Amino acid sequence: MIEVPMTETETEYQHPLMKAYWAILDTRFKPVEDVFEDVMAEALAILTREGIHQYLEAARVIGKLGRGVEPMLAFLEEWPSVAKVVGEPALPQVMGFVMKMQKSPNGKAITPFLQTLAPVARRLHANTQCRHYLSVAEDLMERTTGSIHGHHTTFPSPGLPDFFAQAPFLLSQLSLEGLKNWVDYGIRNYRTHPERQKDYFTVQSADSRAVLQRERHGTLFMDVERKLDLYLRGLWQDAQQLVPYSTAFDELRKPVPYYDKLGMRIPDVYDDVTVGCAVRTEAAAHGAPCETQHVSGLDRYRATLAHMVGHRRWTQPLIADNWSPFQRMAVEFFEDCRIETLLCREYPGLKRIFLALHPKPVEDACNPETTSCLRHRMAMLSRALLDPEHGYQDTDLLTFTERFHTLLAEGESNTRDIATLALSYVAKTRRQSDQYARVHFTDTVVDYRDDNRQMWIFIEESDDEEMFEKEKKREPGEEVKGLPPRHYPEWDYKSLTYRPDWVSVYEALHPKGNPADIDKLLEKHAALAKRLKRILDLLKPQDKVRIRYQEEGSELDLDVAIRSLIDFKGGANPDPRINMSHRTDGRNIAVMLLLDLSESLNEKAGGSEQTILELSQEAVSLLAWAVEQLGDPFAIAGFHSNTRHDVRYLHIKGFGEQWGDEAKGRLAAMQARYSTRMGAAMRHAAHYLEARPADKKLMLILTDGQPSDIDTNDDQLLIEDTRQAVKELDRDGIFTYCISLDPNADEYVSGIFGRQYTVIDNIQRLPEKLPELFLALTK
Amino acid sequence: MTDKEQYKVHTEPYYQAQGKEVELYEAAYRNRLPVMVKGPTGCGKSRFVEYMAWKLNKPLITVACNEDMTASDLVGRYLLEANGTRWLDGPLTVAARIGAICYLDEIVEARQDTTVVIHPLTDHRRTLPLDKKGELIHAHPDFQLVISYNPGYQSLMKDLKQSTKQRFTAFDFDYPDATLETTILARETGLDATIAGKLVKIGQTARNLKGHGLDEGISTRLLVYAATLIKDGVDPLDACRMALVRPITDDADIRETLDHAIDATFA
Repeated sequence: MIEVPMTETETEYQHPLMKAYWAILDTRFKPVEDVFEDVMAEALAILTREGIHQYLEAARVIGKLGRGVEPMLAFLEEWPSVAKVVGEPALPQVMGFVMKMQKSPNGKAITPFLQTLAPVARRLHANTQCRHYLSVAEDLMERTTGSIHGHHTTFPSPGLPDFFAQAPFLLSQLSLEGLKNWVDYGIRNYRTHPERQKDYFTVQSADSRAVLQRERHGTLFMDVERKLDLYLRGLWQDAQQLVPYSTAFDELRKPVPYYDKLGMRIPDVYDDVTVGCAVRTEAAAHGAPCETQHVSGLDRYRATLAHMVGHRRWTQPLIADNWSPFQRMAVEFFEDCRIETLLCREYPGLKRIFLALHPKPVEDACNPETTSCLRHRMAMLSRALLDPEHGYQDTDLLTFTERFHTLLAEGESNTRDIATLALSYVAKTRRQSDQYARVHFTDTVVDYRDDNRQMWIFIEESDDEEMFEKEKKREPGEEVKGLPPRHYPEWDYKSLTYRPDWVSVYEALHPKGNPADIDKLLEKHAALAKRLKRILDLLKPQDKVRIRYQEEGSELDLDVAIRSLIDFKGGANPDPRINMSHRTDGRNIAVMLLLDLSESLNEKAGGSEQTILELSQEAVSLLAWAVEQLGDPFAIAGFHSNTRHDVRYLHIKGFGEQWGDEAKGRLAAMQARYSTRMGAAMRHAAHYLEARPADKKLMLILTDGQPSDIDTNDDQLLIEDTRQAVKELDRDGIFTYCISLDPNADEYVSGIFGRQYTVIDNIQRLPEKLPELFLALTK
Repeated sequence: MTDKEQYKVHTEPYYQAQGKEVELYEAAYRNRLPVMVKGPTGCGKSRFVEYMAWKLNKPLITVACNEDMTASDLVGRYLLEANGTRWLDGPLTVAARIGAICYLDEIVEARQDTTVVIHPLTDHRRTLPLDKKGELIHAHPDFQLVISYNPGYQSLMKDLKQSTKQRFTAFDFDYPDATLETTILARETGLDATIAGKLVKIGQTARNLKGHGLDEGISTRLLVYAATLIKDGVDPLDACRMALVRPITDDADIRETLDHAIDATFA
């Protein structure tokens, strides 16, 4: 805040109109006075007469807000260019919003809001868009202001100033719709957490970036990855790993595609481009029809990949040390064109894409007297080598285009020959001005081409700035402990979206105990086992089943045939169904039993000396024994959670394991603690089940309560997430079934599992109920 | 006696040899060795057998095998008639009696116990016992047995028994190489060789994707279909989509990739 006391004389303006304007502004800020004449010059050029008055009036109001000089300065400087894009009528809305911020505790956000208004407006284009932007900001302000710890609107919104500061960047990546979703996500998840809210709105936190990535416009790599893999494999017989790099966060120097032995690096997103023919070309000059070319993001990916494949096929690396950067650049341009020519021989359709994406420099756009035209010359040449209708007149260019085509007419040529041609081009066209610092860049970047790093071998360490990635070495002693976590999304029912990578699941083998304990439990239930055995024998698969009385079948059923022959001879109508056939009847079910191992299992079951955990142990042992008898592939796992960052998934028995001492030992050592974050555990279990080749897949979930965790205040959230997980599993062909031991489960369990659940009230009977239930399900 | 002539191949089928298979087959036939023809679908297995039958001027009896086929479908069965029953020879028996080449197409489709009936015909005995009828047929000196199968969809369930496999001499067919396949397309349909070459290129694109979402690549047979459509005046882009892409896949990503290959090739 800078306030300078001033004297009457300083406000004297020569021009009467200027004087009048200054009077309207009614301010004593010295910094405003310093720039007043300049901003007025700009404003007078852009704004209407009416607009000028409103502009000054608004500036006066802002000056009187008591927020110092900065908001007023920002407004005076920004508004004319904003008005140019979104129109003067937007002013009342903007002022309305400023006043709202002023009345709320968010006065501090006014300055960043006004400061970024101009770049934001350039992205918004129209007044309606501007209105949407304001409403998004207003929404953010209202929902994040205030009620921390139950106080009334006394705390300013922590994220709002940061949001305004980031707004131009955000809008360069997101559509307004995407911005709205991104803001919405931040408010929903971090409303009550000022520090995290700040991280989110400054695009620092991981999920802020993840959501940003999800909402971006254009063709996302992750959406088309499989198509690109197939493209490489199918059209080019190449199977390189594709590694995306982010284009969102490097503002200064945009990364360029490249490849090395680890894979092909390509951007994570490509926008569709529409190329008009604004460029004057020979063809257009002769009145040829000029079509706009549309290239989809997917086609841009394909062009990038095809170009790299071309290098991998046809480029032999050269030793770079003895060549100047200019020579190397020329060789690269020539070589790029050679491989593109060869690529187009393979698939002529690529030519359209290459030409649409390749810039078309205007021949006389660069003045060699004042500027370095190197890049411009090379780009023109590159265009001419690819496009027979380039229409350029330069003699050198035409000669070398000719020589290039002669060289390639005979065959594929090679990098060395092309380099020779490039070097003679350099010798022929070199100019003094190529050394100038001012370089002509317009229309010279061919963005689908890689950086050609594989083309050069440096014998000595280069002193160029582009150094290669150094290999990271793992420090000795830095060992990997356990498996890395797997991340799963979680369903947010309020916004109907997934929170990306929200939950971390750590998996491990369950610690071992004494397997004899389980054998003892089984002995205890020997009578029950005997009863089960009878049902099991009935269920056991018998592979071939005969189907009799078939009109058409694989074999004659002699008994029936003779009977019908007798009928026939006796004059009666014979039964034509005299054949039989076979049908194979095999069980093909994979079963996954997921045990809730949360703290509540340690409670005593109603009317019993045993804890629920012990009863579950007995029940699971019996079930495991029964399934083993049937021979179905079967796995057991337990889970519990301690916030979203630590969901434990414990293997008790794997699909490939026998129901032997190992598995029994783990079951015997089963312990219960922490909470129940069911959705993530189900998703993790499902990925094992999905990998099974069985026809039918069954996931049994044994739980004693509703899904919950200590880091969620909203009970409904994890219930809805589990419900969503059930839906996902159903979609993947996995049948889920819940066995709930919570007597009050009826309130929520049908909401989650539909009709696929049983509530066992009398927990003591669990050991006999569980196997019976399983058998009934799979009969 | 059955009419031999109806089983003869009267006009020369077009067959382009990929290697020495014609001479080798002739040698096998001179010695009446059973022959097995392996190869992916639509690569010309059946056409080859047909061509050889024509070349040797022998009758050809083809049986398309399927899962429901039983031994009696091959050998023959009793039929009930008004006053008793009548024996009807199956195709294998007919071939053995008249001295034809019996061609069991896609033999793995038949159940394993069915295929065992061919065993006595395929070794030195060259006999076929009809146990239900109580007759033992000695095969005609011209009789030969040929089977084909596609190892592509070999699964645990669908494979030949070793005891069956080891009774045959075998040819391994594959799709012809690009130039040969182009010649075949041009010859079979009369299509211009340049366009035929482009079709072959698309075919190879799809063959590269085998195992990555495609069970089988585009067969020569489908390429011939596409060529026929183009010859008939259909736009090449449409013909390729209709004959090459839509039949082989429902996978949207693969479809899009192949469509792109078509656009890129026919631009």
